[in-house]
Amino acid sequence: MIAGNGQYKKVDKMNLISKFLMVVALVGLGACTDPAQFGGGDGTGGTGDLGAAGDPASAAYFQQTVGDRVWFEVDQSTLTDAAILTLDAQANWLLQYTEYSAIVEGHADEQGTREYNLALGARRASAVEQYLVSRGVAGNRVRTVSYGKERPIEICSDEACYAQNRRGVTVVSAGNGS
Amino acid sequence: MLRILSLLLVLMGLTVQPAVAQGGPLRIVIDQGVVEPLPFAAPEFVAETPQARQLARDITAVVVADLVGTGLFREIPGSAHIAKVTSFDSPVQYADWKAINAQALITGAVSVAGDGRMNVKFRLFDVYADAPLGSGLQFAGTSDSWRRVAHKVADQVYSRITGEGGYFDSRVVYIAESGPKNNRAKRLAVMDYDGANSKFLTDSSALVLAPRFSPKGDRVLYTSYETGFPQIYLMDVASVSRRALADQPGTMTFAPRFSPDGNTVVFSLSRGGNTDIYTLDLASGARKQLTTAPSIETGPSFSPDGKRIVFTSDRSGSQQLYVMPATGGEPKRISFGKGRYSTPVWSPRGDMIAFTKQNQGRFHIGVMRTDGSEERLLTASFLDEGPSWAPNGRVIMFMRQGSGAGGTSALYSVDVSGRNLRKVPVPTAASDPAWSPLLQ
Repeated sequence: MIAGNGQYKKVDKMNLISKFLMVVALVGLGACTDPAQFGGGDGTGGTGDLGAAGDPASAAYFQQTVGDRVWFEVDQSTLTDAAILTLDAQANWLLQYTEYSAIVEGHADEQGTREYNLALGARRASAVEQYLVSRGVAGNRVRTVSYGKERPIEICSDEACYAQNRRGVTVVSAGNGS
Repeated sequence: MLRILSLLLVLMGLTVQPAVAQGGPLRIVIDQGVVEPLPFAAPEFVAETPQARQLARDITAVVVADLVGTGLFREIPGSAHIAKVTSFDSPVQYADWKAINAQALITGAVSVAGDGRMNVKFRLFDVYADAPLGSGLQFAGTSDSWRRVAHKVADQVYSRITGEGGYFDSRVVYIAESGPKNNRAKRLAVMDYDGANSKFLTDSSALVLAPRFSPKGDRVLYTSYETGFPQIYLMDVASVSRRALADQPGTMTFAPRFSPDGNTVVFSLSRGGNTDIYTLDLASGARKQLTTAPSIETGPSFSPDGKRIVFTSDRSGSQQLYVMPATGGEPKRISFGKGRYSTPVWSPRGDMIAFTKQNQGRFHIGVMRTDGSEERLLTASFLDEGPSWAPNGRVIMFMRQGSGAGGTSALYSVDVSGRNLRKVPVPTAASDPAWSPLLQ
């Protein structure tokens, strides 16, 4: 009985450790795949293996360290100063790692009608694409898609969430040039 | 003799008029908000064969639900009836119906033949005129089409009393929604106008948006992300077969609608961030660009005569409604109120345009005359969007979405007068309704 209890405790401890490791892994995975949820396909498919975020040549590095997204003002597609900083870094990365191509997603918050927001998302995606091209990224490496208000990341209905949803997201993938 | 007692309240609360000329025929005038619904009796239809008993009960219930659902009629329940109708051809006891203040009486009979064919007869009576209103009619069909037959009976009653076309024998194509707001699955679905007989037309593998019926109700236009990019598709409803239209790399297409003859599709195309309006000839595939402004032009809708197109544009700096010739050419702005206007839809009667309006953080469904005059808002909520006209141009269905994480979408209908706001009983969360024409 006692031996049994001891064994139990040991197993518990191991479980705790493995649970802890799993949580770490999940958090890591979550951070990697979250933006990819809104990547190619139906806005739910990912770009597959993003690689290790520590590897500067990985899509994960682009996402987390370079920064894959920029934000817009209400009903605007003008790039802010902060957006331009991010896009400069994106352009430099794309110029260095030429095996990657990019799809730029344009998104809108829910304060607009479906069709208009599709057009607004197209405008935002295009603003990002045009800036990247103006920084020297070849036009045939970048495509755009608009999701309008169909794929919010934040789901509250106030400005804190809306500001996160009015975004342009650059999703990179290797060897997938158009 | 005063035949109809309802009072009419002219919209916007301006004037009050008598409902009907005294001594005139049984009639509801829908233009105005009816304050007092018309009381009618619809005793359970007579089952003329034993197998017809349940059908008779069900058909009567749907006829009553259709009429009561308009907000223009009130049923006097069977428990209050004095006269009992046991035979379709027995004489009407007008005094008994007057005694309970039934102004209209609907009688019917259902029989089912050995081969399963169903026959439904009905008559409508103007009780205070001691006379039938129109002649008796009968509909034949298979037993499983009983709902459609019931809708056809109700359409006849509605039409004879209001003088308007009916709308009950119609369908609605819509987007069935499931899942959380940040990962919503959407499927194309179709149902009867009252939410019955709903069925899916696509699975949830690709995001689909904003379906529209063809003028005959046999085809549906919609937008799908099947390829990863929004593109417009044409689906045959019976076979559920579909094909991509206007698929051109580097462009996105959306917001499609049919021309009134069903031969042309008008839609929006985005290229290089700019969205303009195009038409596509379905037979030849020929495409024509109708607008060339650097602003957003979307949400196009044909006038019923096919000569003009109304659309939304932010060329003035905010979204407003414009009308242009169907062949393109100089658009004329028609909306001038405060707020942003979008999703314009021309009424099938040609007299009005319904739209979505955003103002001061609220969304409204509204209507205006085709020159932009007499704007009136019919609804208000956190998010009302995407009006679609009933085939008779008297009722509008739209989407209402709640706020926040739990905000789901549902379909609602409202009279063009702003009365009778009702939730449509759809089996799932739903958005983007589009009403079919009256079925044949």
